[in-house]
Amino acid sequence: MSARRLNAAGVVFVSVVMAGGCSGGGSDAIQIGLNLELTGDVPKVGEHSRVAAEMFVEEVNSAGGLDVGGEMRQLELTIEDNGGTAEGAAAAAAKLITQDEVLLLVGPNASVAAVPAGEIANNEATLMISPWSTNPATTLNRPWVFRAPFLDTFQGPVLANFATNEFGAEAACVLYDVASDAPVGQAENFISRWRELHGPDSVVAIETFTTGDRDFSAQLTNVGASGCEVFFVPQYYNEVPLIVEQAHAQGLAMPILGTDAWGDPQLLELCGSDCDGYYFSNHYVASGATGATAEFIEDFKERHGEEPSDVGALTWDSMRLAAQAVQNCGTLTGTLVDDRTCVRDGMAEITDFDGVTGQMSFDEQGDPIKCAVIVRIEDSAVTFHDSVCP
Amino acid sequence: MGWETFLQHVLNGMQLGSFLALIAVGYTMVYGVLLLINFAHGDVFMVGAYGGMFIGLFLLGAYDMHLPFGLPAWTILPLTILLTMVVTSAVGVTIERVAYRPLRRKGANRLYLVITALMFGLLLEHANLAVLGARDRQFPDLFAKRTFDLGGVSVTNVRILVIVISFVAMGLVGYLVQRTRWGMAMRAISYDRLAAPLMGISVDRVIVGTFVVGACLAALAGVMYGTAFPILRYDMGLLVGWQAFIAAVLGGIGSIRGAVVGGYLLGFIQVLVVASPLPSTFRDLITFSILMAILVLRPTGLFGVARRTKV
Repeated sequence: MSARRLNAAGVVFVSVVMAGGCSGGGSDAIQIGLNLELTGDVPKVGEHSRVAAEMFVEEVNSAGGLDVGGEMRQLELTIEDNGGTAEGAAAAAAKLITQDEVLLLVGPNASVAAVPAGEIANNEATLMISPWSTNPATTLNRPWVFRAPFLDTFQGPVLANFATNEFGAEAACVLYDVASDAPVGQAENFISRWRELHGPDSVVAIETFTTGDRDFSAQLTNVGASGCEVFFVPQYYNEVPLIVEQAHAQGLAMPILGTDAWGDPQLLELCGSDCDGYYFSNHYVASGATGATAEFIEDFKERHGEEPSDVGALTWDSMRLAAQAVQNCGTLTGTLVDDRTCVRDGMAEITDFDGVTGQMSFDEQGDPIKCAVIVRIEDSAVTFHDSVCP
Repeated sequence: MGWETFLQHVLNGMQLGSFLALIAVGYTMVYGVLLLINFAHGDVFMVGAYGGMFIGLFLLGAYDMHLPFGLPAWTILPLTILLTMVVTSAVGVTIERVAYRPLRRKGANRLYLVITALMFGLLLEHANLAVLGARDRQFPDLFAKRTFDLGGVSVTNVRILVIVISFVAMGLVGYLVQRTRWGMAMRAISYDRLAAPLMGISVDRVIVGTFVVGACLAALAGVMYGTAFPILRYDMGLLVGWQAFIAAVLGGIGSIRGAVVGGYLLGFIQVLVVASPLPSTFRDLITFSILMAILVLRPTGLFGVARRTKV
């Protein structure tokens, strides 16, 4: 495992100047460890995460630093690459905590990396915030681990509520892959919520397939014959275009709903115009954003030349949460063990935090209570449609 | 179940069965001649789909380099199919020449040939992965897709074309095998591999021809599959290949009629399990239990003949 260590050169430079320039203005910079997927399967995730974090640190430092109990403190990042793997993430977390002695950790993003890294952070009593992991195990029974996105279990019920209010639908049907974890969970949660809302027989068709299937026509014939008014498909961006096209070929006209798995830009490319008029839930949407979110998107684009992905936006929020946690702590003593405890308690205190991915408070597991964005696909582009809360 | 729904399911089964039958015939022909289960065949189908995508995009003028003249829209599909057949045949024959023939010459056990076939399939898959990457590719529309509503039954022109082309192709193969000299030679080899060359039949030439016919059917299936399900993945040949292989065994491997019947039977059983009141989660479990039962009752498949080992 080659761990690449990157120090944000500008940050180091600024902090050196500050340390020399304003004597008595504060002790050393606050150390934040980033545990990111810079190489491996999902390098794009790590890249957007890193850019957002560096952007935040630069912004805080150029404004003079973070106000911690009346003292202006600079921020400093230590970045470790976890290669998008479980072992890499655990090693990176251990190194950041014990060797680099960071105050808190942001990342990893992917659940495969965040679950083992969370174990280390929790054992070493260091606050960890995962910007992107949606697997419940990341934070479960780990008081030191928090996250910024909503959970896998959250989108199904939210979409059930949305379909009920938006279309006044009474009967729903579902198509999902029985061999894939996330879709199964989301479908089950959607079904149980729908039954709660509309009675035990209100889900009129529950159809399944297995990973790799390309022909969904038999299942879709059943869906068409069931007479449902809304159709939930919690599948991935490379399956949805096929399902939608075959649904059209069978004359299915009801609205189709999906989850954040639809959120990949490749979906729109593969769909053509077939996905127009359908909806999915996501963490945030770039188009139609206003206020602080729009400002963040502009800055990010200027810096990196690309629109921030949901990981970028969630990392920005995680960094702000980390800063807020430090501020809530009040005074840093300089003793790492005490400071880490104090920052963790500061994190748990946060309520009604106003992030670019929506407002959030945290439950006792360290999971945010927040709203999902409902996105509508129109003319092969995504637009903000609604914000739905549990 | 209303009759519209029933008819719709029949159409679903016909389409799925057509794909399986086309590929199953490729398995069965090679087995008939060589007694080799050519596990690379599913990936030859994948090559057909990808080849069809590149050729189709080229003919549609999607690349910088294109033909100096425009083609009439109706010629795109037949031309794509023909050119794709050339490409996949080249791949099929290459596999034969590079992998199977040298092993055969050395008198290697058939087991090694089967392992080589499996390996070559993986090789094709991973070559695709290495060259084109894991990104999903989109198959172009080679003609305008239309949907017709016939009294509550939705029919697309793609679906009709898939079924019609499959029937025509399998009819042609039947003619080739039963009515031509080459077909007679092929059947002779299948009947007695030792006596056929003594009668002046060039075994190698017939074997190459068999691979060409199989690869052409895989190309046809690949192009039509891409048209019907226009998202391609490097491992798409795996699942379809296995199912077609099972269809061939079900029909009685070595028998072309068996492969066709097996393909349609497997397609229909899969669709009918989904159409039945049982949850669709049980589809593959029930489908393969039924197939198992058929094979227990008839171990050589529906049309297979038990071969006695000649000493």
